[in-house]
Amino acid sequence: MTVDAGSAIVVERLTKHFGSLTALDKVSFEVGAGTVFGLLGPNGAGKTTAIRILTTLLKPDGGRASVLGLDVVKDAAAVRYQIGMAGQYATVDEHLTGRENLRLIGRLAQLRRQEFRARADALLTRFGLADAASRPVRTYSGGMRRRLDVAAALVARPPVLFLDEPTTGLDLLSRNELWAVIRDLVAEGTTVVLTTQYLEEADRLTDRLAVVDGGKVIADDTAASLKSRLGSSVVEIEMADERSAASAAALLAQRRGPRPERGSNRIRLTSSDSSAVLMDALHTLDLSSLRPTAVQIREPSLDDVFLLLTGRHADDSEPAGKDLTSVRSAA
Amino acid sequence: MTAALAALRRPGRESLLSPVRDVLAIAGRNLNVIRRTPRLLTFSTIQPLVFLVLFRYVFAGVAAKTLIGIPYVDYLMPGIFVQVTVFGAMNTAIGLASDVQSGLLERFGSLPMSRVAVLAGRTIADFARNIFVVALMVGLGYAVGFRIHNGTGPFLAGLALVLAFGLAMSWVYAVVGLAVGDPETAQAAGFPVLAPLVFASSAFIPVSTMPGWLQAFAAHQPVSYTASAMRALVLGGPTSAYVWESLAWYAGIIIVFAPLGAWLYRRNA
Repeated sequence: MTVDAGSAIVVERLTKHFGSLTALDKVSFEVGAGTVFGLLGPNGAGKTTAIRILTTLLKPDGGRASVLGLDVVKDAAAVRYQIGMAGQYATVDEHLTGRENLRLIGRLAQLRRQEFRARADALLTRFGLADAASRPVRTYSGGMRRRLDVAAALVARPPVLFLDEPTTGLDLLSRNELWAVIRDLVAEGTTVVLTTQYLEEADRLTDRLAVVDGGKVIADDTAASLKSRLGSSVVEIEMADERSAASAAALLAQRRGPRPERGSNRIRLTSSDSSAVLMDALHTLDLSSLRPTAVQIREPSLDDVFLLLTGRHADDSEPAGKDLTSVRSAA
Repeated sequence: MTAALAALRRPGRESLLSPVRDVLAIAGRNLNVIRRTPRLLTFSTIQPLVFLVLFRYVFAGVAAKTLIGIPYVDYLMPGIFVQVTVFGAMNTAIGLASDVQSGLLERFGSLPMSRVAVLAGRTIADFARNIFVVALMVGLGYAVGFRIHNGTGPFLAGLALVLAFGLAMSWVYAVVGLAVGDPETAQAAGFPVLAPLVFASSAFIPVSTMPGWLQAFAAHQPVSYTASAMRALVLGGPTSAYVWESLAWYAGIIIVFAPLGAWLYRRNA
């Protein structure tokens, strides 16, 4: 479903240092107009720095970036008319009411009075905040604040929207609501760049994504294509405890099938013929009276991809064993 | 799938007036916040009231021995006006530091608004707040016996001078607020600057009663010049030297601190 309407965002060899720390190291990517682009990576990977440069809050040390053809440094003032931003921390004024917050943002986004008033009310309704519109934001729940923050980013109907970890700390319901909003926006033609540590989120929302690690883009692809590089599906077997999982893994390792990988009480088997592997594994375990508590065949998740690319889990800081780093250089 | 792409936003109603509108929008928001924050409201109303009543009655007896010919309350009130505006300027530090901490400065930085609106809106809101506090103190001063001896015109001129001092001090505190970036630290960092300025001055007690080494500082700092100018305007006597010295101080403060504040703001946002 590639709509070639050109690139809304072009990032070329973007570099940023903070003292001796290299937050971004020659990062390049392009975002197609009307698509959702994900920046996926662990904390400190450089995602937020990239967003801050694209939203004109920070000047790069090297490279260039443009939004809708406007340079984020030279044409910063013009860029600000085209973008909306919602941050990791809900940046709304907690002493003002929800309605006052949206009106203030609309005013400062240079909308006309009737326009920002109507827009504020429409967004409050759309985000389920109409009843709380006249209450100070400090009485809002975390989910409500975050929705207001996203609403604030939308007041001026910006064609390009930046969401920095929009669902961090949200409960499942609020997260699903926000995902639905993002999909609606894209259906209306908005280009969205979001950063996330949630692998599922990037998988579910993005058309294309860059995996960022240590200030570098280590993969730039579609989620589906990244996953297909694993070339298979994953069988996951969950045992009651670590001890039984360890003996199960030992048993399975003696079989001819895929090599089991164990993480606490879960065993992961990657294969292209998952049902045969599953049948065989269950049969083997049954012979030794080992009973799984749960069994799952699933598509490889982006966590598996991260492991493949970096030799680490997305939430680890320690590199895994040698065999995985050799996969990385092959990849 | 050919999704209609969202239209480019045309720069809206931008005109020569839009920076003014931005400043007013931010100033209005800041005043709303002061009005709704009990801590800030107390800071603006109860605290100056307590100072006034305490000084008026606690120091009156001692001060009577050094002041010849004028009641202490008439000596004190010009000092109180200066004190409330200088203390009030600390609001600028607290307000800006809160905005740094909450991330609102980031949001403002990504909006197509005037780059100076956040700082200008802040100082203007605090200026408006100071007008309110000064008006309140005029009323309370009258209630505890303060009288104007030299006509309403000079008195109002004196108040204008005091408010101008508050505006200059706002820029000092804008620098403090942006530099520390959290409201509690801003308040803590503000006080050691503020206390010697206000108390080692002629605001409450004549400088001549202080030890010599302290007089050297106390006689030449802006709080003393402003208090003396205001006093001369209220009680009568030669005024122009004090007024010019005060204005020179304010100009100096703004020349140093406004660019520093603007630089810190750009670094933060």
